[in-house]
Amino acid sequence: MATLKELAKVEERFVGGHRLCAGCGHGISVRMVLNAAEDANVVVGCATGCLEVASTIYPYTAWNCSFIHSAFENAGATIGGVEAAYKSLKKQGKLDKDFKFVAFGGDGGTYDIGFQSLSGAMERGHNIVYVCLDNEAYMNTGIQRSSATPMGADTTTSPAGKVVPGKQQPRKDLTAIMAAHNIPYAAQTAISNWQDVHRKAKKAFDVEGPAFINILSPCPRGWRYNTPDIVELVKAAVETRFWPMYEVENGKWKLNYKPKKYVPIEEFLKPQGRFRHLFAPGNEHMIKAIQEEIDNRWLALLERCGETPELPPK
Amino acid sequence: MTPFNRNFGQGRNTKAVRLDMNWKELTKAGNIYEPGNAATYETGDWRTIRPVWNKDRCIHCLICWRYCPDASIISTDGKFDSFDYKHCKGCGICASVCPVHAIDMFSEDEIDRREEARKNEE
Ligand SMILES: Cc1ncc(C[n+]2csc(CCOP(=O)(O)OP(=O)(O)O)c2C)c(N)n1
Ligand code: SF4
Ligand code: SF4
Ligand code: SF4
Ligand SMILES: [Mg+2]
Repeated sequence: MATLKELAKVEERFVGGHRLCAGCGHGISVRMVLNAAEDANVVVGCATGCLEVASTIYPYTAWNCSFIHSAFENAGATIGGVEAAYKSLKKQGKLDKDFKFVAFGGDGGTYDIGFQSLSGAMERGHNIVYVCLDNEAYMNTGIQRSSATPMGADTTTSPAGKVVPGKQQPRKDLTAIMAAHNIPYAAQTAISNWQDVHRKAKKAFDVEGPAFINILSPCPRGWRYNTPDIVELVKAAVETRFWPMYEVENGKWKLNYKPKKYVPIEEFLKPQGRFRHLFAPGNEHMIKAIQEEIDNRWLALLERCGETPELPPK
Repeated sequence: MTPFNRNFGQGRNTKAVRLDMNWKELTKAGNIYEPGNAATYETGDWRTIRPVWNKDRCIHCLICWRYCPDASIISTDGKFDSFDYKHCKGCGICASVCPVHAIDMFSEDEIDRREEARKNEE
């Protein structure tokens, strides 16, 4: 693995001057992923969302590489189309440079509205990388719930009130759904472990055919935590097994990190304003339900990865 | 505080966009022909707290570079060089991830006040 000293010499592909909020997780995630492409030529596509809106305000672009717009629902189709056109031009001998293709979409643009477009692009087998920047809600339009929003979260369309304590449904497991497309590479990663992000992004760029990466990308506005604590918070997401790090390569599931001890989900929930109501008397059942959900998913994941299905020691 | 550049179209090849501009003068399909020209748009005055580097403590691990969302840690030859205060938004992440506490955050207001006081003394 390259060292940070080496990686810092790679040309910056996502420059300052973009208009993401101070401390936005998207800026970190995108810089890590694009850095892993090292000296390749890269074409980036983006589903509408905070990242796209904040990085391409006319007449500026924060993308120090080729970039193509698409709508909210079709980043998969757009980047797939660009890759198909590239292949054709290559075949006709009209282009000799090599390119890599990557699309970024938010959770709304990936789990929900862009899902069929992404599923189609994966099934057609384009040589692309699709990265979901999962901040667990539609942030760009003011924090509406998505199918990635965790159970119990307070959003503007799953408001925590006297009767209903936030979102009632658990999250969709998109990474597993992408793996079910039998693509060469699907992975889930977290910025708290930059080596893991780097390795997975590099692998995704290198494999022939479609690759999918899901990154937990905190939004200080929507999650309401102390902005500088982003890495600590993502670490808590991994240690509580809320966000496991794993990869599925050619159908083979592999767990990349196993917490040494049982860390209760409160460690992840407590620092965030969107879960504050869960700690009010009378809502204990919600935390219990969230914990149960996490434990069950963890056991199922271990089984899929060929590990002994047991919870970490308390 | 130094004034920040918010003028539209200050990039090397970017056609200046003016508020009174005719739509026919805009680029076709809103295309932008200069990659990374957002670097000419300065976001430094979003900052309310400023990261300050402690040279003696720094071990040049570049963890701060890795985690800055605004690419505002400038490195030279694989070493910490400086902050890009024209773009740094003062999120405080670099200070939080630095393993040896070589970055401290100071209030911009306080820095301005001290600067003012120093000038008045002279
Ligand atoms: C078809 C369509 N519907 C709605 C919108 C409005 N819209 C723009 S961004 C956005 C939310 C994006 O959420 P997500 O994909 O999670 O990205 P985030 O901003 O959270 O990073 C919505 C609803 C749109 N642009 N197009
Ligand atoms: S609202 Fe959230 S996701 Fe959007 S730019 Fe701000 S911090 Fe980032
Ligand atoms: S994280 Fe701290 S020690 Fe490492 S390069 Fe940055 S300032 Fe120096
Ligand atoms: S305060 Fe935030 S924006 Fe400024 S250099 Fe540190 S990490 Fe980057
Ligand atoms: Mg989102």
